[in-house]
Amino acid sequence: MASSPVQKQPPGTWKQAPDGAGQKPSPVFAWASLLPLTGPLLMVVCWDLSVRSGLIKAILLPLPWDTLTTLFHGMAGGPLLFDFYVTLYRTILAFAIAVFAGMPLGILLGSNERAYRSVEFLIDFFRSTPASALIPLFLLIFGTSDINKIAIAAFGAWLLVVFNCAYGVINARKQRIAAAKVMGATRWQIFKDVLIWESLQASFVGLRSAVSMALVIVVVAEMFIGSESGLGHKIINAQQVMNTKMMYAAIMSAGILGYLLNVLFLRIERRIVHWSGR
Amino acid sequence: MNRVLNAPVFADIPKTRFVPGPPGTHITIRGLTKYFAGWPLYENFDLDIPKGQIVSIFGPNGCGKSTLINLIAGLIPVDAGDILFDGKSLKETKIGYVFQNYREALFPWWRTIDNIAYPLKLMGKTKAEVDRRLEALVDSFEVRFDLNRYPYELSGGQQQTASIMRALAPEPEVLFLDEPFSALDYEMTLFIREKLQEVFMQTKTTMMLVSHDLEEAVYLADQILLLTKRPTSIAEILHYSDSRPRTVSTLSEPSFVSTKKRSLEIFQREVRK
Repeated sequence: MASSPVQKQPPGTWKQAPDGAGQKPSPVFAWASLLPLTGPLLMVVCWDLSVRSGLIKAILLPLPWDTLTTLFHGMAGGPLLFDFYVTLYRTILAFAIAVFAGMPLGILLGSNERAYRSVEFLIDFFRSTPASALIPLFLLIFGTSDINKIAIAAFGAWLLVVFNCAYGVINARKQRIAAAKVMGATRWQIFKDVLIWESLQASFVGLRSAVSMALVIVVVAEMFIGSESGLGHKIINAQQVMNTKMMYAAIMSAGILGYLLNVLFLRIERRIVHWSGR
Repeated sequence: MNRVLNAPVFADIPKTRFVPGPPGTHITIRGLTKYFAGWPLYENFDLDIPKGQIVSIFGPNGCGKSTLINLIAGLIPVDAGDILFDGKSLKETKIGYVFQNYREALFPWWRTIDNIAYPLKLMGKTKAEVDRRLEALVDSFEVRFDLNRYPYELSGGQQQTASIMRALAPEPEVLFLDEPFSALDYEMTLFIREKLQEVFMQTKTTMMLVSHDLEEAVYLADQILLLTKRPTSIAEILHYSDSRPRTVSTLSEPSFVSTKKRSLEIFQREVRK
């Protein structure tokens, strides 16, 4: 476990004191809170300078300001918003399928070690196979439809969910199971009162990687499987007509989408698995 | 030609008859056998645990002190042997167990109070019954911390107090304690030790305590069970009968000092063997 037994007072105890109580109010402006902005600012400055100095041709890399305006206009009801929405929709749908099909299976496999061992190789193998390598296979089955993109993304995400849920159940703290057992819990009670909860931490790792995986595959599929919409489609389209401003704006919005999904899942995780790391 | 050639080479050994322990015995252990990786840890081990007393288990490292109570509590399956509680099987007996590592004993996904109530819910008690029992427990432990917090928000001593309350909630016939103090600081150790003594005086619950601290083992015990190195057998059982409540001054009583000294002698003799 990460927390050492020496640690007497869990960090949460003082954090939960009423806001600001016991902490010195800082009289000067907290410059430290601006630190996270330093990296992005530096990047934008470097970007700007390299374009202005002619190091990189403006046709290959537009100025940051132009790109950001395109992004802003595109997202504020412009052409990007629809593609953003389509990609989000496909990602969420693929992810939802993965969760509903993957979580029960993962927990089931994890609670039956023999079952898990017998499919462990398959899971590890397909988990190691780049899901994008399977796109042609899915093309054969589903054609170039919308379902194809969702199906392949769901498949890639599903493997991650199954694996992590199973892993979480298998690695449940033996002593907590023993504690329930000694109190007279039946196998079913141990399963629902201990195993499921114990597995949540690992399951959430799985869910977060799964949603990222779903987004990656959806965008790739939108690029290469005859698509009419989606951020992947937008990026490749803009590239082909050398509309680099739009291309970078679409790339950035895909980044924003991925980042927001990650933050959202971290929030949910902290809410549900409140004991994590304590 | 009546002779049997290549007759099987085992003799038909009759199963030993079950010999009950002396009157007042609570747990009867007969022919307990447990192998680990092909090596015997316990072989044909017999033991009687008296009812309504505290038995401290003490012995050399690796002799299987914790394993013994885990075998009795059913956490580790036995290879052979009978363990009976007042003639009943483990299934028919209510037991409580306190682990050394309180961090991994409580369920952090529930509030502390729900952790303590869990064994009662498992027994199918109604909400009213559960509440009544919890109230009695909280009163008898004089709890000074908020049980509505999550276990990880409590200090180590508070968590271990909660673990003991959980173990005692269903009013168990036997309470097992596996080095309950060794992860605690000295202050908490003293506090919980006194609580345990109080609870014992109130309820007379049979207790089995594994300890690596001789003073604490003798202080709480009616009997000190001293074990040998593996394959483990009983080196000696010492009786210590000073009246309760035992206090700090008990620690300097001649009877306490001599029992502790005798235990240490036996322990050292066994370690050197």
